[in-house]
Amino acid sequence: MALSELYPPYEVVRNPDRCIACRVCERQCANEVHRYDEDLKKMTADESKCVNCHRCVALCPTRALKIVKTDHCFRENENWPKETIEEIYRQAGSGGVLLSSMGNPKPYPIYWDRLLINASQVTNPSIDPLREPMETRVFLGKKPEEIHRDEAGKLLPNLPPQLELSTPILFSAMSYGSISYNAHKSLAQAARELGTCYNTGEGGLHQDFYPYGENTIVQVASGRFGVHKEYLSAGAAIEVKMGQGAKPGIGGHLPGAKIVGDVSRTRMIPEGSDAISPAPHHDIYSIEDLRQLVLSLKEVTHFEKPVIVKIAAVHNVAAIASGIARSGADIIAIDGFRGGTGAAPTRIRDNVGIPIELALAAVDQRLRDEGIRGNVSLIAGGSIRSSADVMKAILLGADAVYIATAALMALGCHLCRSCHSGKCSWGIATQRPELTQRLDPEIGAQRLVNLVTAWTHELKEMMGGMGINSIEALRGNRLMLRGVGLNEKELQILGVAHAGE
Amino acid sequence: MNKRKNASLLGKRYLGCGNEKGTIEVHETPGNALGAYLDGGRIRVFCNAQDATGDTMNAGEILIHGSVGDAAGYAMRGGAIYVQGDTGYRCGIHMKEYQDKKPVIVVGGCCGSFLGEYQAGGVILVLGIGAEDRPPVGNFCAAGMHGGIIYLRTEHLPADLPGQITAKRAGREELTKIAPLVRRFCREFGEEEEALLSSCYYALTPNTRNPYRQLYVNN
Ligand code: SF4
Ligand code: SF4
Repeated sequence: MALSELYPPYEVVRNPDRCIACRVCERQCANEVHRYDEDLKKMTADESKCVNCHRCVALCPTRALKIVKTDHCFRENENWPKETIEEIYRQAGSGGVLLSSMGNPKPYPIYWDRLLINASQVTNPSIDPLREPMETRVFLGKKPEEIHRDEAGKLLPNLPPQLELSTPILFSAMSYGSISYNAHKSLAQAARELGTCYNTGEGGLHQDFYPYGENTIVQVASGRFGVHKEYLSAGAAIEVKMGQGAKPGIGGHLPGAKIVGDVSRTRMIPEGSDAISPAPHHDIYSIEDLRQLVLSLKEVTHFEKPVIVKIAAVHNVAAIASGIARSGADIIAIDGFRGGTGAAPTRIRDNVGIPIELALAAVDQRLRDEGIRGNVSLIAGGSIRSSADVMKAILLGADAVYIATAALMALGCHLCRSCHSGKCSWGIATQRPELTQRLDPEIGAQRLVNLVTAWTHELKEMMGGMGINSIEALRGNRLMLRGVGLNEKELQILGVAHAGE
Repeated sequence: MNKRKNASLLGKRYLGCGNEKGTIEVHETPGNALGAYLDGGRIRVFCNAQDATGDTMNAGEILIHGSVGDAAGYAMRGGAIYVQGDTGYRCGIHMKEYQDKKPVIVVGGCCGSFLGEYQAGGVILVLGIGAEDRPPVGNFCAAGMHGGIIYLRTEHLPADLPGQITAKRAGREELTKIAPLVRRFCREFGEEEEALLSSCYYALTPNTRNPYRQLYVNN
């Protein structure tokens, strides 16, 4: 072990009375923490490598293991917490830019937890979702402003293309490369079974998943990996990625080490070559330019697919969304600053962007004020953790939500936030065959279906409680929300009254 | 062959978008994104073209008897673009190659800044005709390039080539690769093949496919 000023953050606690030295932990830990000591005839652990992913704990047949946070500490200091001190050591030792994964872990306010949902009492009856039909189906896309009829008075079908979803929950973009084949397969299968969509991310679409096209959103990012006509035509919608909540203003970069085999084939770049997505699309410097890309995508797919433009929630998000709503896009996806990622510079992840709750409320209000809310549908993402978050997002103005971190957790992710190491013990954020085979796509898909089905049922319960039987009737219905412990400004931006008002 | 002539293409965008075969001839300056996602066939333009020509094209040929605007061949993965005159900024940005797909851009005149930015594959050849006394490219040529090759017909290398780029005078081996491109160019635009081929060429290649590997530390 190299000498280091960093003390291991976790301790591997092994109960010697229970450990039978079966060496399961040794085989399961992708970080090579556990080792059988032939001389001592017992298991040992190098905890400096432990990322607390719980893989060994989950698979230990005798429950001999647990991982605890070390109580070793620095001299207490509010201004210099442990993480900050350790980051200084890391950078002083390496000269490198700090790289992290998953979402922003800092203690910024979580507005979902400061919002409460209404329910009917006495004057308008609630509905029992077990007995009465509740509609959770949504249609995402531009809605026509006027209807046209022919001479005989028959309606002329002038509805722009819509994305029909049985529930307002989609799986958001995660590229093949950043996550494994089996993870993609699980998402694709679950999306089909649920009647919703998953999203390819910017890594192209594996040949095996073309049959799931109707439940696929194909993404176009600045690097245009794996983008060609057949790919664009394969999905139910096309998403232009302008930004990502976890790293607004930053491009993507999948290291060459992960560009192997099928990942290279799907991205259509040679093995071992870095996949660099520049921060901007260099053909887009204005809303007019964006319109050009949106229309070129529509042109090549014969105006049959809705186009989503995905942006990170940043300071001027409302004005930006107003521009996008005039760009020909059908759907705007807004990604808040807590959204996950396979890798992002720590400083960007932790300090750039704004909370999705405020961004969403601001965008919805702005589009309404300008009379163009019907031009687009809104998808909100960036750490939606439960059906309550989904409901609150819809009440703040979303048509649907994107989930990714929660979806990965359904697949086994234990939020160890080490995706960027490429050694995910759960077979998700890795391309190593011995690890990826740990995720069974059949089981993965089933668990995703379970999660979304449960959430959808909970949505119906909440809808029933409010006495409203269609999710679309709740979109932007902020009267159904009250804030607790929020100041005037926050309430004003969210467009909700305080509890008790 | 399906030849189309149309008099009213002035400023029209997305001409030939996603085409797989046939030939389009354009006699008035078309709009942006000419031949975007082109998948085969040929587009021949008898005047200038504008921005984003051949955006993300996959196969086919675009021949321009004039100059083009910015970001020509953005992220193109296959096929060829021949430009008789000059190109604007960011020509060949993020061009990439894969297996038998090897995109080609040949420019008769000069290119604006950021030629071959983030280039990940394919071939860019700049002939610099009429600019023999200076570099035929603007600033920041090959910035972020990590694959493919840029040939410049010049004796004056740009002064600001980035550190990860190796510039070498083209030897016989490179010249045999350049020759067919020059030949195609001359056949289309009527230049002197012999004279062009007997000039000095430089080949720019990246010395790493992983330009950012050293940048990060795990946190
Ligand atoms: S990294 Fe995971 S598998 Fe390895 S010891 Fe730590 S918790 Fe166990
Ligand atoms: S995907 Fe894997 S590596 Fe990433 S946080 Fe989850 S368990 Fe850890």
